[in-house]
Amino acid sequence: MNDSVFMFFCTLLVWIMTPGIALFYGGMVRSKNVLSTAMHSYIPMAIVSILWVLIGYSLSFSPGSPLIGSFDWAGLKDVTFKANPDYSETIPHNLFMMFQMTFAVLTSALIAGAVAERMKFSAFTIFTILWSLLAYAPVAHWVWGVGGWLRELGALDFAGGNVVHISSGVTGLILAIYLGKRKESNTSTPHNLPLTLLGGSLIWFGWYGFNVGSTLTLNELAMTVFINTAVAAAAGILGWILIEWKINKKPTMLGSISGAVAGLVAITPACGFVTPASSIIIGFVGGAVCFWGVFSLKKKLGYDDALDAFGLHGIGGTWGGIATGLFATTSVNSGGADGVFYGNFTLLLKQLAGIGATYVFISIVTFIIIKVIHTFMPIRVNEEEEYLGLDLSLHGEKAYHESNI
Amino acid sequence: MSETLTKIEIITRPSKFDQLKLELAKIGVSGITVTDALGCGIQKGFVEHYRGVTREINMIERIKVEIVVCKVPVQSVVDTARKICYTGKPGDGKIFVYELANAIKIRTGEEGCDALQNDK
Repeated sequence: MNDSVFMFFCTLLVWIMTPGIALFYGGMVRSKNVLSTAMHSYIPMAIVSILWVLIGYSLSFSPGSPLIGSFDWAGLKDVTFKANPDYSETIPHNLFMMFQMTFAVLTSALIAGAVAERMKFSAFTIFTILWSLLAYAPVAHWVWGVGGWLRELGALDFAGGNVVHISSGVTGLILAIYLGKRKESNTSTPHNLPLTLLGGSLIWFGWYGFNVGSTLTLNELAMTVFINTAVAAAAGILGWILIEWKINKKPTMLGSISGAVAGLVAITPACGFVTPASSIIIGFVGGAVCFWGVFSLKKKLGYDDALDAFGLHGIGGTWGGIATGLFATTSVNSGGADGVFYGNFTLLLKQLAGIGATYVFISIVTFIIIKVIHTFMPIRVNEEEEYLGLDLSLHGEKAYHESNI
Repeated sequence: MSETLTKIEIITRPSKFDQLKLELAKIGVSGITVTDALGCGIQKGFVEHYRGVTREINMIERIKVEIVVCKVPVQSVVDTARKICYTGKPGDGKIFVYELANAIKIRTGEEGCDALQNDK
């Protein structure tokens, strides 16, 4: 019963991350695109939730092949109040399903940051349906599902570095490249950073449920995860703004909240396997490396990842996966493994295999899905709609009515 | 009493607005119109950073205060504005003085100098 109460609360915490992402992203675009950007993050709450119950959960978590689950649990058949010991002996199976639903929804919502201010809502909606089933479900099965090949291999991903962050980040990158740059990408700056601060804080708040809840029980390990999550976010802020201060001469609020998210992304795969001291390092480097990603790498390569879905979640998730292979120790979690700094090199190789497989698989599937959608319909708004703003041209509404005229 | 109407435009720092409004009222200016304005002169702009996006802002926020006077001497408006808006640094702003053809009060239909009086 205690675990059920705990997991119910954690599920609610992860749920709030998705509206949080909508606000986080909404504040970072121009005022003419705030609603359309928020819609991209909001619509997965409708689509993915229903798909998850119908078929997504079954494809992700039912026993099947090492690559994907089966249809055995479609429509929640056999997913009942009775616990499933493969995942947890102490909470109802359908509570575990709901906890995982919030992850699936969030992952689709994260992608939205890359395509902001130019992707058509209709195309994004169809993309979300297909991607959630053809990309998210397999990777979730690899990592967490019974018999999943990464789980069997012994690669470690505690709360979803591969499944949630690398997969959404890489998808964002592919979509950003495929869509091309925004017409005014060089001058597009955030219209309401307090909104971003609010959304980012909800994301951070929800992340405690995301990471600590991934323990599935309120034990000693869960408290270590709690501490690790808190200090990694804190260190992420410092890692980001110290470099920013050095390079741009000024520390920013947007940098602070971005650094917190970067630190949280980085600690996600590692949080149940490392010590709090290691978490500070992982978070700090996460903040710094993500700053490099959005400030330097993005300019050099020239892709327009509008709100840095890849810059934060792809790069931060990649670092987190590698860091797990470096800092993991069985003294924190006997079910885990030792990393490089504890004398074991094979874990790092497994981590790299997991990361590499996720990059390759997600890139290919994302590319095929968007290519197929593009043969049937336009995926990007036309020039006139883009200048007018997607709020008005696609949704027929405006966020702000500032003028009397 | 001359019937000449003069329009005075004061473009200056927003931080000076409250004091300027008070002092103008003291010398008998009966009404003012204020607009947020953007402009550039010899004062340098500043740089904004948003993650990877760097934006140089050269347009600086100012206010434009528009006043029309008849009985109040133009020179005293100019002197008051200069006294309050002066900091000695670039960016203090400008004062423009125009002759005006006429003024009409919408409520009463009064024209010229009468249109500017508040006593009716």
